[in-house]
Amino acid sequence: MGTGIYKRKKPLFFFLLPAFAFLAVYLYYPFVMNIVNSFQDIPRLGVPASGMNTPWYSNYVQMFTDPVVGTAMKNTLIMIGVTLIGQVGIALILALMVDNVKYGKKIFRTVYFFPIVISATALGLLFNLIFLYDKGMINQMLEGLGQQTLIDWKSEGRALLTMMLPVMWQYVGFYFVILMTGLNNISDDLYEAARIDGAGKWQSVKYISLPLLHNVLCTCSVLAVTGALKVFDLPWTMFPKGMPMKSTFLTGTYMYYQTMEARNVDYGSTLAVLIVVLGMVLSGVVNRIFKEKDY
Amino acid sequence: MKKNKFHISTCLVYLFLIFWAMTTIYPIIWVVQNSFKAKDKILANSFSLPLGELFTLSNYKKAFNNLNIFSAYKNSLFISLSVCALVVLIAGLAAFGMARYRFRLRKVLYSLIIAGMMFPIYATIIPVQQMESSWKIANTSNWFLTMLSVILPQVAGNLCFAIVVLTGFIKGLPIELEEAAYLEGCNTRQIYTKVVMPLAKPSFATVAIFSFLWSYNDLYTQMFFLRRPEMRAITRLLNELTSQEGTNYGLMAAAVTLIVVPLLIVYIFLQKYIIKGMTAGAIKS
Repeated sequence: MGTGIYKRKKPLFFFLLPAFAFLAVYLYYPFVMNIVNSFQDIPRLGVPASGMNTPWYSNYVQMFTDPVVGTAMKNTLIMIGVTLIGQVGIALILALMVDNVKYGKKIFRTVYFFPIVISATALGLLFNLIFLYDKGMINQMLEGLGQQTLIDWKSEGRALLTMMLPVMWQYVGFYFVILMTGLNNISDDLYEAARIDGAGKWQSVKYISLPLLHNVLCTCSVLAVTGALKVFDLPWTMFPKGMPMKSTFLTGTYMYYQTMEARNVDYGSTLAVLIVVLGMVLSGVVNRIFKEKDY
Repeated sequence: MKKNKFHISTCLVYLFLIFWAMTTIYPIIWVVQNSFKAKDKILANSFSLPLGELFTLSNYKKAFNNLNIFSAYKNSLFISLSVCALVVLIAGLAAFGMARYRFRLRKVLYSLIIAGMMFPIYATIIPVQQMESSWKIANTSNWFLTMLSVILPQVAGNLCFAIVVLTGFIKGLPIELEEAAYLEGCNTRQIYTKVVMPLAKPSFATVAIFSFLWSYNDLYTQMFFLRRPEMRAITRLLNELTSQEGTNYGLMAAAVTLIVVPLLIVYIFLQKYIIKGMTAGAIKS
């Protein structure tokens, strides 16, 4: 930067001030206040805290003894497993397949991606109709295949599956596009050289595509884990208030339930702290497992 | 023999790819065709096309009469367009500052932005609500203030990501053009609006699309701040529908169709930009 355009620092305030003032008020200050709130007593939504809890850590005692927190944590961990294996796994298979076919690459990309554009709330309604007991799409299909009794997809034993399948399904296309970009970045010369050396398609996938996708897969895994912690819309639309029997709560939906439905605002803040800690720990773990490699 | 085997495997690959494509397309076709049938016909046979006797528009009539769909659309568009505009404006300025100036606090500010990207909405929403209530903008009967109470937290939720994407792009622009403009007598503000902004158009488009769609589809913030019926935006209205009209399947199918089909049409025309916008952050990092 030879010229002195950016030597004068005065205009810098004009550029940075709006963003950082805004972030300070709407992001950093609330984030800190939320931690403070978790030690205080808040009578109801939208009012300031009336004082400290006695003892000040009582919300945390409640959190560690609340059996629903256990359920929500367990469900969230299952959700993370489902997103990692289901979303990234299926996306990887689809991407490798599309990379190896001649026709329709663009169409597959368009079709696989579009569920992401639709609001998860609309998809929740759609899947409510699909999994309807009497008689949604799935039960009508099964009837056509000769099944005699109707299956209650929202019963306690099946609720988790019914909730997680649509969440998984929606985001496969997202990872598919990222992995396709990664595959397109691999030089054709490598495949050409392998082909001349007599490698089959499967061998090129195993020894070229997969190893070179390592870093992209790592990014996808981090995104899948942090994404799973944020899921709210679809579960809340399909299984409001943790139906049935509070068995389908995730950490996010339980935080909403405690804040807005049960009116335990300060306990809701405590659960939000839990979500933050969980996110930090889990993305740390994922980063360690899938350590990025340089080639 | 070997050639034959190869063909079978290609067929299987296509079969699997088409199967997954069907899982994304068919549910939409199914819900659209059932939105034109009466409730009992949906339950009896949901797979046939709504032709002849099956066909009815009553679900749509009910949807427009009972639900405030137009007002919800209006609210949604106002919120999302404002979020989009504010994010582009504020993030653009900050990204230019971060990309071009060298100053002491730069690294600290940058890590603050990265940290801000990690904050989940759960961790800020309750204090934001307290704050907005004390300013008397949350949960009032004033339409504009209520919309504002949703717009501001949503801007905050998108800002960090937008700054990161834009900073990366502006850094990659050739500085020679800015130097030329400087020698012509432009000041830094003019350099930003006349040189940098036009050059960075593609990444501004990416950020605009991302923040628009994110805001349009976000239910969580709307659940906190849009509690009066006439203030509801699209996703909030849909969510309310489940609890109010949970067994009126024809109406639900019609509502889903009314929400999904416009988005689908926009998607088909803008898919290149939308896909780029939604995956921008992931591919960069």
